[in-house]
Amino acid sequence: MFELIGIPPQALFGQLLLGLINGSFYAILSLGLAVIFGLLNIINFTHGAQYMMGAFIAWMLLNWVGIGYWPSLLLAPIVAGISGVIIERLFLQRLYHLDHLYGLLLTFGLALIIQGLFRNYFGSSGLPYQIPAELRGGQNLGFMFLPNYRGWVVVASLVVCLATWFVIEKTRLGAYLRAATENPTLTQAFGINVPLLITLTYGFGVGLAAFAGVLAAPVYSVNPNMGADLIIVVFAVVVIGGMGSILGAIVTGFGLGIIEGLTKVFYPEASATVIFIIMAIVLLVKPAGLFGRTA
Amino acid sequence: MADVTIAAPASAPAETGSADHSALHRTLFIALAALLVVLPFIPVIGYPFFLMKVLCFALFACAFNLMLGYGGLLSFGHAAYFGFASYVAAYTAKHWGLTPEVSILLGTASGAALGLAFGSLAIRRQGIYFAMITLALAQMVYFFSLQAPRFTGGEDGIQAVPRNNLFGVLPLGNDTTTYYLVAVVFLAGVLLIYRIIHSPFGQVLKAIRDNEARAISLGYRVNQYKLAVFVLSASLAGLAGATKAIAVQLASLTDVHWSMSGEVVLMTLVGGMGTVFGPIVGAAVIISMQNFLAGLGAWVTVVQGVIFVICVLVFREGIVGVIGKWLKKPL
Repeated sequence: MFELIGIPPQALFGQLLLGLINGSFYAILSLGLAVIFGLLNIINFTHGAQYMMGAFIAWMLLNWVGIGYWPSLLLAPIVAGISGVIIERLFLQRLYHLDHLYGLLLTFGLALIIQGLFRNYFGSSGLPYQIPAELRGGQNLGFMFLPNYRGWVVVASLVVCLATWFVIEKTRLGAYLRAATENPTLTQAFGINVPLLITLTYGFGVGLAAFAGVLAAPVYSVNPNMGADLIIVVFAVVVIGGMGSILGAIVTGFGLGIIEGLTKVFYPEASATVIFIIMAIVLLVKPAGLFGRTA
Repeated sequence: MADVTIAAPASAPAETGSADHSALHRTLFIALAALLVVLPFIPVIGYPFFLMKVLCFALFACAFNLMLGYGGLLSFGHAAYFGFASYVAAYTAKHWGLTPEVSILLGTASGAALGLAFGSLAIRRQGIYFAMITLALAQMVYFFSLQAPRFTGGEDGIQAVPRNNLFGVLPLGNDTTTYYLVAVVFLAGVLLIYRIIHSPFGQVLKAIRDNEARAISLGYRVNQYKLAVFVLSASLAGLAGATKAIAVQLASLTDVHWSMSGEVVLMTLVGGMGTVFGPIVGAAVIISMQNFLAGLGAWVTVVQGVIFVICVLVFREGIVGVIGKWLKKPL
C-alpha cells in the first residue's frame, strides 16, 4: 500500500469525503442565507435552528407517522418552509423599515426559542436516524471505501445548489427575484407582488436549510444543538465568500469543507478553528470577501 | 435617519440643557453609590454572592453598550473578552498566587489585547458582517478554551479560585468584603464609561453612529475611532470578567460561549440601548430572572428568546429608555 507524506490514503480520502459532506452543508446553508439576505436584508440567525428542525421533522415523520426517508426529503423542507412563511408574516415583516441588526436580534431570539423547545421535549442526547435501505453499503473504489449514503449527500446537495442557481439566474421567476433585490419599489410598480415574493423567498431559504437537515440526519445524530454551532461556521463561510454571488457561496462552501477535512488529517488540533483563521486572513487581504462586492 | 440607526431614540433630546441633565445624572450616581453601600443589608435580595454576580454582569453590559449604544457597533462576540479575561484572572490567582488587583489588571489587559486583535479585523466590514465576524472570532476563543485544558481546565473550568489578600495585605475572606471590592470596581467602571460617553471622543462616536459618511467627510478617521471604542469596550468587558472570576471563584466555558454573547445583548436591549443606566437595570432583571427560573432548565432559554422577540418587536427603547422618554430626559 502506498502512502502520501506519511498519511495512509484511506485516512486522507476518508477525511476528504467527510470534508466534502460538511462542505455540502456549508454550501446549502450559506446559499439559503445569501438568498434570504438578498431580498430581506436580514441575516437569518434562525437558519441553524431550521436546519435542526429539518432533521427532527424527518425523525418525527419516521417514528410517529411511519413516513420514510425519501418522502421526508420533500415533506420536511415543505413543513419547515411553511413555518418560515408564518415567521416572516408574523414577525420579520414588521422590521423591514428598521436597521438590519434588529432582524439579526429577532432571529437570534427565535433560534433560542426553537432550540429550547426541542431540547425540552427531546433532551439533548441525540436520536438515531437509520440510513435508508437503498443507500446502505458502499463501493470499493480501490484507493478508498465510499459509503453509498455519503456519496449521495454530496451529489444531492450539488444538484440542489445548482438547481437553485439555475432558478435564480436563468428563469423568469429568478429574474423577478433579482429585480426585487435590486430595486423593490420599481419592481412593485411593474405589477409584481413583492411582499409575496419576499415571504416565499424566506420560506424557500428555510426549506433549503431543512433539506440540509434531512440529509444530515443519518450522518450525524438528530440533536437539538446540531444547528447552533454549525450556523456560526456558516457565518464565517458567508464572510469569506461574500453574499454577492450564488455560485460564490457554493464554491466557498465546498472549498472550505475540503480544507477543513484536510486539516483534520494534517493538523487535527486546528480543524475546529481553521475556517475562522481563513476568515481572518481573507479579511486582511480582501475585506469584501472572495466573491463579494463592496457594500 | 432616526429609525435607521440602532440606538438613537433614547438619546435624541440630548442637545438641550445638558447642564440640567448632568445634575440629574450626578444625583442618580450618588443614589446608585448609596444603594450599593446598603444593598447587602436589605433582606431577600441582599445576598452578596448574587449581588456580585449582578454587578459584574452589569459592568459587562455597560461595556457592551458603550460600543452598541454609542458607537452603533453590534458585537456578537463579547463573551470572548469577558470569558478570556476571566480565565486569565482565575489562572493567575490560582496557579501563580497573584493578588486580586494584579489578577484583575492582567485579565483586563488580556481583554484589551484580544479586543485590539479582533477589533482591527472586524472594523474592516460594516453592519451585519461586523456582527458575524465578531461572533466567528469569539467562537475561535471558545474552541481554544475547550482544547487547552491545561490553561482553562476544559469542561470543568477553573474552580475554587482563591481570593488572595488584596494588595497583599487586606484579606478578602467573606463574601461581604469581596462584595465591596466588586462594588468599587463596578462604580469606577461605570463612571469611566460615563466620562467616555460625554467626552469629545464620545461625541464623535455618536456622530459616526448617526451618520458615518458625514463623519468621514468632516475629516474624522472613522476607523480609528471605531477601533478605539472596540478596545475600550473589550477592556471593560475584560475587567468585568476578571472581577467575576475572583468574586464568584469560578471561570468556565459558559463565560466564553456564544450564548453569553447573546445574554449581554439581551441585558442591554431590555434595559435600554444607548442609555447610561439601562444596561445596569437590564443585567439586574436578566440575572434575577435566571435565579428565579433556575429550576426550569432549558425553559430559561425559551423565556430569554421570548423576551428577545418582544423587545425587538415592541419594546426597542428598553426599560430605562421608556422612563427617560416619560421624564423627557436622557438617562
